Amino acid sequence: MPVANHRFGFERPISELEAQVQTLEASPSDDAEAREELRRVKRDLADTKRRVYSNLAPWETVQVARHPERPMTTDYLNLVFDEFVELHGDKFFGDDRAMRTGFAKIDGYKVMVIGHQKGKTTKERIACYHGCAHPEGYRKALAKMKLAAKYQLPVICFIDTPGAYPGIGAEERGQAQVIAQNMFEMSRLPTPIICIVIGEGGSGGALGIGVGDKVAMLEHAYYSVISPEGCAGILWKSSTYAEQAAAALKMTSKHLLGLGVVDDVIEEPLGGAHRDHHQMAARMKMYLVKCLKELVGQKSQTLVDKRYDKFRQMGVFLEAAMAEGTEA
Amino acid sequence: MSTSPIETNLQVPGTRRPKRGVPEGLWQRCPGCQQTIFRKQAERALGVCPECDYHWYVSARDRIAQVLDEGTFEEWDAGLMPADPLGFVDKSAYAEKLKNEQSRTGLNEAAVVGTGMIRARRVAFGVTDSAFIMGSMGSVVGEKLTRLTERATADRLPLIIISASGGGARMHEGILSLMQMAKVSAALARYDAAGGLFISVLTNPTMGGVAASFASLGDIIFAEPKALIGFAGPRTIQATIRIELPKGFQTSEFLLEHGYIDRIVRRCDLKSEIARSIDYCGKMPR
Repeated sequence: MPVANHRFGFERPISELEAQVQTLEASPSDDAEAREELRRVKRDLADTKRRVYSNLAPWETVQVARHPERPMTTDYLNLVFDEFVELHGDKFFGDDRAMRTGFAKIDGYKVMVIGHQKGKTTKERIACYHGCAHPEGYRKALAKMKLAAKYQLPVICFIDTPGAYPGIGAEERGQAQVIAQNMFEMSRLPTPIICIVIGEGGSGGALGIGVGDKVAMLEHAYYSVISPEGCAGILWKSSTYAEQAAAALKMTSKHLLGLGVVDDVIEEPLGGAHRDHHQMAARMKMYLVKCLKELVGQKSQTLVDKRYDKFRQMGVFLEAAMAEGTEA
Repeated sequence: MSTSPIETNLQVPGTRRPKRGVPEGLWQRCPGCQQTIFRKQAERALGVCPECDYHWYVSARDRIAQVLDEGTFEEWDAGLMPADPLGFVDKSAYAEKLKNEQSRTGLNEAAVVGTGMIRARRVAFGVTDSAFIMGSMGSVVGEKLTRLTERATADRLPLIIISASGGGARMHEGILSLMQMAKVSAALARYDAAGGLFISVLTNPTMGGVAASFASLGDIIFAEPKALIGFAGPRTIQATIRIELPKGFQTSEFLLEHGYIDRIVRRCDLKSEIARSIDYCGKMPR
């Protein structure tokens, strides 16, 4: 008998129904009543998924965004693109495995893909520090973006990182400097840039490949100035308040769309992207092709100007009417 | 809390036992060498400890007085006030915190920007004050620095920004604070393309999202001695890698050694050093 296999408390009703479906399907019967029962449970399952996933609390969203079976950059490279030619190395220090870069083809377009990679196996996760890139990763990303711009290839960035790596080597090799440099250069890169937050959009580590003409995020991804645990540790003095911090930081796709920080939210399959990689990839492809059609062919100066204006208007403040030069 | 006679003799920072006969604030304990310093003497040295050369905290207003020619500062965008776009509440409400910080520091926000003269050279000038929510960058700091940069571009002025921001991007304004990093960096990219000279001065402390945006984008980067400068906070790094951090890690001297700053400049030399660099680079091309 299949067991209800769920990772999070809020998924329990879903996995219980999934287990029921499996049991019923394992013993097929011609009995009309049994078939009706299977249909009923399946309907129930779809309703439950819809109900649970349309009402995720911010902290639950964070958990879904970190789900180990959630599609990663390499999954999209396999499922969305016709070809991927990896280009390694920053030609300065090393080849950061937390950042994958290379040529790719999608629907007849030749593009440059840049993406954080978290790793599928323990070995891979260790090699790429769970998706936390070092300065060499950001340098590599910028070098490949400049290559793309030189030959008018659009750039597609997949953002999925808890944050840039906090370590001694990272500081020695200029973590702050490379993130600043990347935003600086991306803001004026003369080629289309499309950025998609596919899982975790962790602070400067995310923004380091996050300045684009289009910035989108998946429905259950998050994008935040700091991790909920980090914020709780500083403001609540204990990381056990991560749930409260996640809510206070307004880090979900719905909020970010409202704040004008992302242009679009890409809907996930029922029950989250981790339940159906193929459907998620299909939606991703549709979105990317739509953006490419819109952006490719625009004058690069127009793109860069519009990109500037897009980030220029971000922020909320009050402005008192005040004569120039007076003291507040 | 225990009130044993031994413990009450211990000096807990911020709760100093009042001494009879000594006027309040005449002496100050140096955070660097822990010595008790005659305040007037340190003030004459621009807030630098005469014993150990530790560079003390300087407010934005004092910094303006130290670096710009007397009476030349004209503030820009003083009317920009912080809002509370997220309705953020942690242990207390952000809206309350803002009011408290404003009355405590006398500042509207963590940055003051404007124009003034440095040894008779007109500059666009910005400074962040670490007393206001750790000098962190929210929408107002981002907007003020962006406008400053845009105006420096239009008026063809050298741009000087002195950072004292231990807080990085301000958590209380969430993702909007993060986006200020991109906004200011984009403005600096335009300024750069127009041939502008940006001198970034890093002071204690410059961390996180401020270090990872405008502060690191100077054509010339100066740092005051022994300032804490870095991306991730030392506690975060310690918690991640679980080994002792090397001595002098993330200081100005550490950054100089690793090639990320041009010069370490003592506070008393800052004005002259800025003026000298402006002279080497000359006027912005037309």
